[in-house]
Amino acid sequence: MTATASSEHYYVPEGSRWPIIGVIGIFFVVLGMALWVNDITFAPYLTLTGTLIIAYLFFGWFGDVIDESMSGKYSTQVDTSFRQGMIWFITSEVFFFIALFGTLYYIRAISLPWLGGEGHLGSSNLLWDGFQATWPLLATPGAGGEYVQGKEAMGAGGIPLYNTIILLSSGATLTWAHWGLKKDSKSQLVGGLALTVLLGFIFFGFQAYEYYHAYNEMDLRLDSGVYGSTFYMLTGFHGMHVTIGTIMLLVILIRSIKGHFSHEKHFAFEAVAWYWHFVDVVWLGLYFFVYWL
Amino acid sequence: MTTQVAETGHDDHAHGPAKGITRWLFTTNHKDIGSMYLIFSLIMLFIGGSMAFVIRAELFQPGLQLVEPNFFNQMITMHGLIMVFGAVMPAFVGLANWMIPLMIGAPDMALPRLNNLSFWILPFAFSMMMVTLFMDGGGPNFGWTFYAPLSTTYAPPSVTFFIFAIHMMGASSIMGAINVVVTIVNMRAPGMGYMKMPMFCWTWLITAFLLIAVMPVLAGVVTMMLMDIHFGTSFFDAGGGGDPVLFQHVFWFFGHPEVYIMILPSFGVVSQVIPTFARKKLFGYHSMVYAIIAIAVLSFVVWAHHMFTVGMPLAGELFFMYTTMLIAVPTGVKIFNWVSTMFKGSMTFETPMLYSIAFVILFTIGGLSGIMLALAPVDFVYHDTYFVVAHFHYVLVPGAIFGIFAAVYYWLPKWSGKMYDEGLAKFHFWVSFVGLNLTFFPMHFVGLAGMPRRIPDYPLQFADFNMIVSVGAFLFGTSQLIFVFILIKTLRSGKAAPQSPWESAEGLEWTIPSPAPYHTFATPPKVD
Repeated sequence: MTATASSEHYYVPEGSRWPIIGVIGIFFVVLGMALWVNDITFAPYLTLTGTLIIAYLFFGWFGDVIDESMSGKYSTQVDTSFRQGMIWFITSEVFFFIALFGTLYYIRAISLPWLGGEGHLGSSNLLWDGFQATWPLLATPGAGGEYVQGKEAMGAGGIPLYNTIILLSSGATLTWAHWGLKKDSKSQLVGGLALTVLLGFIFFGFQAYEYYHAYNEMDLRLDSGVYGSTFYMLTGFHGMHVTIGTIMLLVILIRSIKGHFSHEKHFAFEAVAWYWHFVDVVWLGLYFFVYWL
Repeated sequence: MTTQVAETGHDDHAHGPAKGITRWLFTTNHKDIGSMYLIFSLIMLFIGGSMAFVIRAELFQPGLQLVEPNFFNQMITMHGLIMVFGAVMPAFVGLANWMIPLMIGAPDMALPRLNNLSFWILPFAFSMMMVTLFMDGGGPNFGWTFYAPLSTTYAPPSVTFFIFAIHMMGASSIMGAINVVVTIVNMRAPGMGYMKMPMFCWTWLITAFLLIAVMPVLAGVVTMMLMDIHFGTSFFDAGGGGDPVLFQHVFWFFGHPEVYIMILPSFGVVSQVIPTFARKKLFGYHSMVYAIIAIAVLSFVVWAHHMFTVGMPLAGELFFMYTTMLIAVPTGVKIFNWVSTMFKGSMTFETPMLYSIAFVILFTIGGLSGIMLALAPVDFVYHDTYFVVAHFHYVLVPGAIFGIFAAVYYWLPKWSGKMYDEGLAKFHFWVSFVGLNLTFFPMHFVGLAGMPRRIPDYPLQFADFNMIVSVGAFLFGTSQLIFVFILIKTLRSGKAAPQSPWESAEGLEWTIPSPAPYHTFATPPKVD
């Protein structure tokens, strides 16, 4: 694709105070978290302050961007920059999940069988004689040590299956909303979005219930060995992305009600839709490899 | 490439830079942000360098003289982290910020506010990382590769701050990389096709893809560390069914592309400088582009050559050995193309050219020791010796750092509008050149003779070479003060630089006045 010759000027914003506010917010959040896990009492408040600053930042920064957009300062080239930026941001997120999925595959396919005595590296049997490498791994090699032994593994039926159906349907309702936007049907746009947000919340609720159940009744916990570790790491980060995605959808819903989008100009809507579909696809991978297989 | 500049910038946007500190805090200007990145990187170079001084002072002779072993370990760790994430990478991002919009005829980076955010994260992240040195138990002491369980079970409490600092640096790098990709893909002047782009832009485009792909993996691995340390997970603990080697796999999946992230932009700089001073077109432009792409693709399938001795199956050793050797092919293409560019050229040896020629020769030495290390059977002998230290310093110092020096001398007239002192700059080059070879060449010998890396003390047989190495290191480190002096002298009393100070330099950046106006190419130039 060659850059298009455009007679309009590329909009370069003047100096902005939002980035430095963002840095301070991020700094407070991570510093708070670092102190928090080291048991410093005031740390949660620091994280909370940082979070509030970041929330303020989003209102302010995106508010500026929306104002600039609505007042027609953005050429199609600026729009393309935003689109490409979002695509590469999602790509970086994909690689984050690739690292986590890679971890899961490595443990399941390579290191755990070795730990169970397979191959020429089976010397680990000298450490934990009689350890059986199974997946899901309930009895860890260092049994009786610092790790909790799980009672049962998470199945693929029930809540995970419902959640799969919920997320897939939410992708459909979002697309339906997009169709509504394209034919300037506000009711379809708002209805579809509201439905999507609702499904996001239901997913979130189910996931919270599943965690509660796993922690208290199945002894499937963060410290119940590598099965629990990978389970919570993958589903937890996915859940975090669902939460962020739902908040984004909520913002888009409000902006739709305010009538910010037209059928030819609605980058924000599409960016959020891409993000939501990405979260959707990650879930399919999760359902397949974490719950089912 | 012929260029017609319809009008050069500064007509639109009447506003110049803001006054006072807010100019730097709030700026959205790619030149301001580029300068901040470069200055930050210079400061980090000196902080990381002073840590190298501590290391070399302790190793000046055998025995424990100056520092505790634990503090020595903190020094090698922080030296590595600061040089990689604080000196080399920000310097490249600074060069990208300054030069890419000028080279492709764009008014600024594509996402200017995000650009500011990317930079300002860094001072905060590095403050958080460096303050760990003053905490209970000291700072990170597990080497810049922070292998588990050294960095988890046996880590000092400050490791949490290190983890979050890495998270912030990663976020900064990803945002910076997204900005570069979008700028290059979306903001090229009309007529500038991909195959007309200056080589520096090509190398940075590929570097940015690498960053987008691997920085999240780094974030993933430090997050798993955090979980293992504080939340009872067992990713890297075999007692819970995990595997410490898993850490190394994930880390090096990030780490190997990372080493190309630290060299590709230097490839680009050298590809700009050599044609200018050889007064010839870059030989084999297309093959250069394909070679960069090949290097980037291969970089994802070679990571376990850092781990030949962890006990991989034979098939793994062979796979990673052969893929690693394959990288020599595209790298060789680049070396031969630079040499061919100089062949029968009308060469002159201004400072940027000296740095570039030294780059080609010394980087090749580093590449050749790389091939030796790539051989799995012999790597069992070299592994974790000073030979490895010699290898990666030969690709990073005369590679990455000399590339940055070449870039600074080459473009400083454009940035500041002043010429640097050529005699002093050549002096800086020769002292650096001698100092660096004195530092890193003998490391090959002590390494082959079996001196392990990351130790504060060593047997008597290595004493002579280590003394030479330390003397060289002090010379190399101190000579960088000349660089600072040259920079200050240039800015204060340099002679005015013409629009294009180099006789046959090509590219859009030489079609605008020196110093480059605050806003350039508000209207894109036409490129034929």
